[in-house]
Amino acid sequence: MKIPYYPGCTLKSVAKNFETSALAVAKILGLELVELPRWNCCGTVFSLTTDDLMHQLAPIRNLIRVQEMNEKGIVENNYRLVTLCTMCFNTLKRSNLFVKKNPDKLETINSLMDREEDYKGNVEVYHFLEILREIGFDKIGEKVKNPLKNLKVAPYYGCLMLRPEEIGIDSPVKPTILENLIEVLGAEVVDFPFKTRCCGSYQTVNRKELVAELTFDILNQARMEGAECVILSCPLCDFNLDSRQAEVKRLHPNFKMMPVLYFTQLMAVAFGLDEKVYGFEFNYVNPRPLFMEKNLLKIGVETLKR
Amino acid sequence: MVLVENKEFSEKVKELSGEDVTLCFQCGMCSSSCPTAHLMDVTPRKMVRLIQLGKEEILNSKTMWLCLSCFTCVARCPKNIDLAKIGEALRQIRLRKGLDHVNISEIPKEELEKLPQIALISCFRKFTS
Repeated sequence: MKIPYYPGCTLKSVAKNFETSALAVAKILGLELVELPRWNCCGTVFSLTTDDLMHQLAPIRNLIRVQEMNEKGIVENNYRLVTLCTMCFNTLKRSNLFVKKNPDKLETINSLMDREEDYKGNVEVYHFLEILREIGFDKIGEKVKNPLKNLKVAPYYGCLMLRPEEIGIDSPVKPTILENLIEVLGAEVVDFPFKTRCCGSYQTVNRKELVAELTFDILNQARMEGAECVILSCPLCDFNLDSRQAEVKRLHPNFKMMPVLYFTQLMAVAFGLDEKVYGFEFNYVNPRPLFMEKNLLKIGVETLKR
Repeated sequence: MVLVENKEFSEKVKELSGEDVTLCFQCGMCSSSCPTAHLMDVTPRKMVRLIQLGKEEILNSKTMWLCLSCFTCVARCPKNIDLAKIGEALRQIRLRKGLDHVNISEIPKEELEKLPQIALISCFRKFTS
């Protein structure tokens, strides 16, 4: 099945590992994620003030691309837009909901875009995890060739795939979608109290110590519950929980680093896919030693050469 | 009788956020849920109280600049008040006067090279005009 797919900026740079692993995993599941032609940055955050329509243009313009894909026959009657990045998901879905609830505002937004056809409000925004749930986790389990035995994985949801509730893909208080995935991949789920706690988000630019302290709490808590690695689905959470471990280490020299991966990387390992789609070279804390220790990587000649 | 010091200010926050702060009965669930409340000079609960009373001095606090837009307080408020929208309204009152909270030229070059687009764009969207 062909589904319109919105990558977002960060998946084309520092989060390439998220995209390469996701596209490979999707293929195994019979899905073809078709990248929107001429997509633009969604703006990363949803505008929260009532009068700020200008910042709704960027997300809505991407939804118009989905309409076009259908009109041009690039996809067949598929008005579902899939995202991987949680922040893009949140922004696109909230903007979509905003214009559907406020037809007068949509009219204004449409009138501000001279060179675009009008957005008709017929697109639905999905997170890739929702598509996985729809396929069925038991079906996903059938594709597992390399069960992640003895691997203890903590799911980290963060904020934006769950909150606000009106756009969340799971319970804002007790989500289970990542747990369901971890289970069918053969790994052990590690529940921990900070799985929906914020990583510090954009404060990483101007208050990196604040983010480092939040990361310290989140990862320590996961480790205390027995986790060996953490999975997530947001490139900003990933930067804060993975790359910012350097800053954590500076502030807390006894801190023990922990691999942080995209959920699709974990799926790619469990599906036994070629290691080049994992994109481990983009992870700050190298997950390879952990997977080697658990005998989960095929140690081919190619791997040894690196 | 409670006197509202600056009614115009309270009305402005209401207009920008679309939220009615008079619904708040000061339970403090927002402050206890907030991951950065311990760093704030004015807690989220008190922020709402000051707006109820029309006290414009809230604009001088660090509160709205420490908000992470994590929506935890929004998810937990028993009166369904969207505090994230109120925080954004306060930021916007400042930003629309050209008073930026972050200056790109003050971010060290090595940090700028490391930071992903998603971090930079979201930070500038929240903290600059």
